[in-house]
Amino acid sequence: MKGILTIAYKLLVNDKGKFAALLVGITFAVFLMVMMTSMFAGILHRSSAVVLNIGAKLWVMDPAVNTPVNSIPMPDYVLDAVRSMSGVKYAVPLYSGGALVKLRSGVYQSVTVLGLDDSSLFGRPALLEGNINDIYAENAFIVVKDAEFPKLDNPRIGTDFELNDHRGVITGIAKVTTSGLFGVPTLYTTYNRAISYIPSMRFTAAFILVEPKSSDAVPIIKQQVSQLGYLALTKDEFIQRTSTFYKYQTGLGTNVLIMTVISFIVGLSISGQTFYTFILENLEKFGALKAIGAKARELVFMILFQATFTSLTGYGLGIGLASILITVARLRLPSYAARITYGNLGFAFVMVVIIAAISSYIGVRKVLKIEPFDIFRG
Amino acid sequence: MAKLAVKADGLTKWFGEGETKTTAVNGVSFEAEFGEMFYIEGPSGSGKTTLLSLISGILRPNSGSVQVEEKDIWNMTGDQLADFRLNKVGFVFQDYHLFPRLTTAENVAIPLILKRRDWNESMDKALEYLDIVGIKNRAHLPPVKLSGGEQQRVAIARAIASSPDILIFDEPTASLDGDTGRRIVDFVKKNIMNENRCIIIVTHDSRIFEYADRIMKMEDGRIIGIEKGGQREE
Repeated sequence: MKGILTIAYKLLVNDKGKFAALLVGITFAVFLMVMMTSMFAGILHRSSAVVLNIGAKLWVMDPAVNTPVNSIPMPDYVLDAVRSMSGVKYAVPLYSGGALVKLRSGVYQSVTVLGLDDSSLFGRPALLEGNINDIYAENAFIVVKDAEFPKLDNPRIGTDFELNDHRGVITGIAKVTTSGLFGVPTLYTTYNRAISYIPSMRFTAAFILVEPKSSDAVPIIKQQVSQLGYLALTKDEFIQRTSTFYKYQTGLGTNVLIMTVISFIVGLSISGQTFYTFILENLEKFGALKAIGAKARELVFMILFQATFTSLTGYGLGIGLASILITVARLRLPSYAARITYGNLGFAFVMVVIIAAISSYIGVRKVLKIEPFDIFRG
Repeated sequence: MAKLAVKADGLTKWFGEGETKTTAVNGVSFEAEFGEMFYIEGPSGSGKTTLLSLISGILRPNSGSVQVEEKDIWNMTGDQLADFRLNKVGFVFQDYHLFPRLTTAENVAIPLILKRRDWNESMDKALEYLDIVGIKNRAHLPPVKLSGGEQQRVAIARAIASSPDILIFDEPTASLDGDTGRRIVDFVKKNIMNENRCIIIVTHDSRIFEYADRIMKMEDGRIIGIEKGGQREE
């Protein structure tokens, strides 16, 4: 069979024009599909940035909350109630809100302020510069050095700014797992400073972060929180909820899906059409092979091999191209959200397999139908 | 007495049904022997090509039988028929049907590769057969770079590569000028023909009749006569 596949390979690659067209079609389709899904994956990942960066195991929130950024403050008694629930090791409030800071240059810049529990500083970020205890200093804020960092004029320790007529001073520079989605810098401070500096509603705790005594306690806590009229989600569940919101309630998922389907159709059209032409051009030769003594399954193997080889090569090229572009884009644009996940790769692979299957099905049907007698008849 | 290569008995083949029914071959019986160059001659539409397909295991007859080396080929399964064609029959098609994207040597090696021979061994053998047909120096070229006569030789080399007992030529001179056609058939007679091989040629080119041992004439799907071929003057 190796020899027959070698013949199939040579028939394919020696037809340079068609082979190139096939590769371009599949590469282009894979590139587009991977770019689309990677951008979507990047957006979804960033939409859960707060959840990932804070890292709490269990989040208590108002049931109407869909994402970490549209928090609905809860009354203080909820915190007390959660703290008293069985299975809870400890529970702390988290402030999450938007604010406008006035920089030294006079420019106003929107920021996200995260207020950590004063006593535990639960969810504190890892610092690149400074000491975490300096967060207790007067007017202290920690700035996150992410893609949005330059929007605060690249502050250093000691840089000050104005926030709602309060002075703020940078006492630490932090790194986080992932940047946020909306292109605004993030500042960390203590919970009490956050609620006193930023105009707030009557209630201030955006989320309650819970550390369960054990993983077995999680369902029990969730049930108790539910009885209280609120919602408790594990980190993964909250990320999933956020992802579901962006996928199905914002139109983002539909748009990406449409673009991905278009990419698939473009790839299928180009490669299917080219492969069909390739088979048509060689149809008489396949008939001659049948007459000579090739069995139908050997011809099917040849076509499947050609389709598979082209598809996998195109898949590799498409992935490579998308990876290069995303890497270059990230170097040039730090806020570029796209990220290639195993899910993206798997999805694109399945799509390519479908393209290969449809293309080869058309070819196989044609070749199986050709009768050697037709070769004699001319 | 020469051994029987092909025995066709009452072969009939029709196409279509009802008013469109056309009988291409109608009760044809004949025998061809090893060591014989057997011509099938007749005007266009006389059923020559259909008969060729029936006796080579390509087209199933509606009735009648074909025995090759005393075995009824139409009792074989599809895979057995494919093996029969691969091992017992060599085809030289009218339009050669060489793969333009493969080299000449690779084209010749195809039957050997279908026989599951090793690639390198097949290529070595292909060079031997190209040497026999006198175009070994063209082995690395694609067929499109060769003249019509050279392509015909490549097709012959491919046909004999599987060492078949029966060689079938479909209008071997149709695409060649008279002189080249004669030279090709002359070459086949001298170099390819032997006492263990039967060559069946479908043609209506009377210029090559002199190489035939016997000529079977067909008209309207029937045999209208079998006569001795012309003797070529040395």
